[in-house]
This record gives sequence, structure tokens and C-alpha cells, in this order.
Amino acid sequence: MSIISVEHLRFRYNSVDVLRDISFDVSAGDFIGLVGPNGSGKTTAIKAILGLAKQTNGKICLFGAPVQQFTEWHRIGYLPQKLVHFNPHFPATVREVVSSGLFSTKKFPRRIRSEDRALVDEAMRVTDVTDLEHELIGQLSGGQQQRVLLARSIVNRPELLILDEPTTALDPEARENFFALMVELNRTRNVTIILVTHDIAGIGKYASKLLYLDKEVVFYGSFEDFCLSEKMTKYFGKFTQHLICHRHGDS
Amino acid sequence: MEILSFFQYGFMWRALIAGSFTALICAVLGVLLVLRRLSLIGDGLAHVTFGGVAIGLFLKQHPVYVAIPIVMASSLGILRLVEKARLYGDAAIGIVSSIGIALGVLIASVAGGFNIDIFSFLFGSILSISEAEVLTSILLSIVVLVIVVVFYYENFATAFDEEFAKVSGIDTERINALLVLLTAVTVVLTMKIVGILLTSSLLVLPPVTALQVARSFRSTMATSAICGIASVVAGIFVSFLMNLPTGATIVILNFLLFLAAFTYKSLTRGSTK
Repeated sequence: MSIISVEHLRFRYNSVDVLRDISFDVSAGDFIGLVGPNGSGKTTAIKAILGLAKQTNGKICLFGAPVQQFTEWHRIGYLPQKLVHFNPHFPATVREVVSSGLFSTKKFPRRIRSEDRALVDEAMRVTDVTDLEHELIGQLSGGQQQRVLLARSIVNRPELLILDEPTTALDPEARENFFALMVELNRTRNVTIILVTHDIAGIGKYASKLLYLDKEVVFYGSFEDFCLSEKMTKYFGKFTQHLICHRHGDS
Repeated sequence: MEILSFFQYGFMWRALIAGSFTALICAVLGVLLVLRRLSLIGDGLAHVTFGGVAIGLFLKQHPVYVAIPIVMASSLGILRLVEKARLYGDAAIGIVSSIGIALGVLIASVAGGFNIDIFSFLFGSILSISEAEVLTSILLSIVVLVIVVVFYYENFATAFDEEFAKVSGIDTERINALLVLLTAVTVVLTMKIVGILLTSSLLVLPPVTALQVARSFRSTMATSAICGIASVVAGIFVSFLMNLPTGATIVILNFLLFLAAFTYKSLTRGSTK
């Protein structure tokens, strides 16, 4: 069964096409690297899938339900792009922020109960932020904040995890650890992952499929097929394609 | 001796009770407003109330009853401008408040003036509170606090990261609407009781003081409430002893609390470096 189904998605903003006739499916257990140049519509596609941006045309289904009618948000974990969506001076501790990832599992009136503590502890342990639990989020470094927000996105044990450029604030070692964690979630817990990044070579090593967007779907398939694709050779030029795939081979 | 004589006056007790409850709700709502960058909404809605009161007097209806729905609609208008027209909160508040005051002036002019001093509805005095107004402030406080407690996590999530809150299934537009509607009702009802100067300052100063020293969201709420209530109680005592205007004394004490918290934060941050 498709976890995500996108059919003929079109998105226009100020009379400009941001996305044109996008169609693709994501199956359970997929690890998708969503890649493309700046302004290619990656974040818009993610926001449309999550119902945060209203598509101009097309149909999007999450777990078989049209996104407009989707209510099972506890099945999804989301890590937004960069750290632009929250006030860095917000007086919240790391534990409070991570706990907020559980709100999607609660019905009105939402309450965090003592039995939820173990889930929060586990998410903080996995993302290595346990020592920071009483610190204010605004007092952490960019990399630490990113790990806290990742903990928030996995605390509800989602079936689908959507991450928008999650590694931008991470150093190379932290980035490798991050990807290793994604692979573990994907393989041991069968979490379906969509990870937006510019680093094609970096994600190629881990993702089961690459979805290359440039306002439309340019390529959708495995990294190996990406490297052999004549369409991508024409798109990038032989030299750039070789650099991407050669770097991947080296690593 | 002077302190003891304080307790002989019923108006002082009424000021203490109504002032403390007003401070409590303003401090709690204020934290949520300041974190959403809507701190000046109290001032803005006060200007709209001026228009609402003028319409009420013009229509020969009770001005407060006419002002409440107008101010509630205006608070939603501010929210709409922020969400749909993508304006910053301060710009949206500026637009709505200037329209409100312009409307009040126009209506007052067309009516050729009113028999009642329109400003008496905007600049109530904390020392001239009636028993009914004390009851109003207590009931309003209970309603506001119950709603804030019931929607505590929704408010936290929406104020911290609205996009993530939406993906958590929270109807953030309703939560935002609830917050500004509660603020609108609070502003209109408490303004008549304690005056616009005090209401709008209690919405801003205790929260920003709490933000200097608080260690979590929950403690920010608690610290803000303590600062608000402490400043009102101390302000009433000090103004009584020194024969000063009560509202203004409370505002200055609030500012001194902010300065103390800011200095403490600067010193402790310096010592940890």
C-alpha cells in the first residue's frame, strides 16, 4: 500500500509555477532522498503533502486518505526546514519541546502523563540530548537544536518521517551519525522516510530511492539507476554526474 | 499605623482583589501574546473600544455591551490581517486601532458630542471599583484561567512552532482566535475597572520580566503571574502611603521589576562565561 500518493500535483504562487504536474508514490519502508537545486519546489512539495500548503491542482493521499481529510497525524513525524519556525527566545526546555511531539497522539483535552515520560526519555537518548533536558532550547547550538527537533519528530514513534534539510546545522561527524540513525529507524522499525537535502552523493549512500525535483519530477529511482541514467547525464552533464556518483563510490 | 489604616477602607480591599485578579489574567494571556509578537494588542484594542463606546452612546445603548462584540470582531480582524494578508502583528494592530479611534472621533463629531465623558469608559480607576466590578474581574479570571489551562498544550505548541502544531493535528487558527477573543473581552472589561494604562501594561511588563529569568514555559507563566500580582499589591500600598496615582505607581513598579530581572540575567550570564 502507498503511504503517500501524489497525482498530478500543481502548485502556483503569485502566478508562477512552483510545481508542475508532479506524480509519485511512496511505499511502506521506503527511504526517499528528495533532492534538487534551490527553488526546485522540494519544501513546497513537502508542505503540500502535509497539508500546510494548499495545492492548486492534483490529488495527495496520506495512508490512503486525501490530505484534506487526514486526521491520523500521530502516524507522521515532521522536522521542518532549518530553525525558522520557532522563536529562539522561547522559554521552553528541551524536555518540554520533545514532549510536544506527543500532542498528535493525544485527544482533547491533551495531557502529557507520567507514562509518556519513557517515550520522551527514549527519544532524547536516541538523539543524544538527554544531558540537555533542562536547558532552554534557545541556549543550544544550531546542531543541538536540530537534534532536539529530531527527538520531537520521532517521540511519537511515527510510521512516516518527513525531514526537510535536517543536516544543514550539523558537522560532518554529526551528519554521519544522523544518517546512521535514519538507516536504523528505517531498517529496524520500518519507518518510511522522506529526507530533503542538497547533498545527492551524501544521501545516495543511504536512501533506497532518489526523487529529483526541478519544478517537475526529473528522476525517481535508485541511486545506481541515477548514476546510469542518460536523462540525468543530459541534465547535469557527464562530468557533474560522474563527480556525484564517484564521490558516492569513494565514501 | 498608616499601613493598618489601609485595611479600614473597603475601596482598598476591592482594589486589591480586583487588581490581583486582573493582573493574573493579563500576565497569563500576556505571555502567549508576547511570544506571538502581539504585545501591543491591548493598546490597539483599547483604541477600538473608544470607537465601540462612541457607537454605543450614539445608539443610546450601554456602551460596554456594544463595545465588546466590536472589539472581539476587531481582534479577529487583526488575526486575519496577520494570517491572510501576511502583515506583521504590529502593523495589523496599527491598522485596526487607527480605524477604531477614527470611527470614534467621527461618530462623536456627527453626534455633536455626548452628555457622558467618553473617556471615563477608557480610564477607569482602580480605587473607585464597585463590588459588581470586583465580581466581574473574579468571574472573568476564572473563565480565562480555565480556558488557558484546558488548552495549555495547544497554546504551547502553537506559540512555539505553529507549523509543527498543525502537523500535530492542532487547529492553530482556532487556538489563535481563542487567544485574541479572550484578550478582547479582558481588555474591555478590565479597562473600565483599572484603566487602559494598567491593562495594557499588565499584558506586557510581567511577561517580559518573566522571560528574563524563567527556566521553562510553565515557570514563565508562573513568574509572570507572580510579578503581575506583586506589582499590583505593592503598587496599591505604595501609592496609598506616598499619596501617588495608583495605576501609574503599579506601572513603574512593574518596570522596576523588569529592570531587576534584566540586571540579574545580565550578571548571571556574565558570571557563567
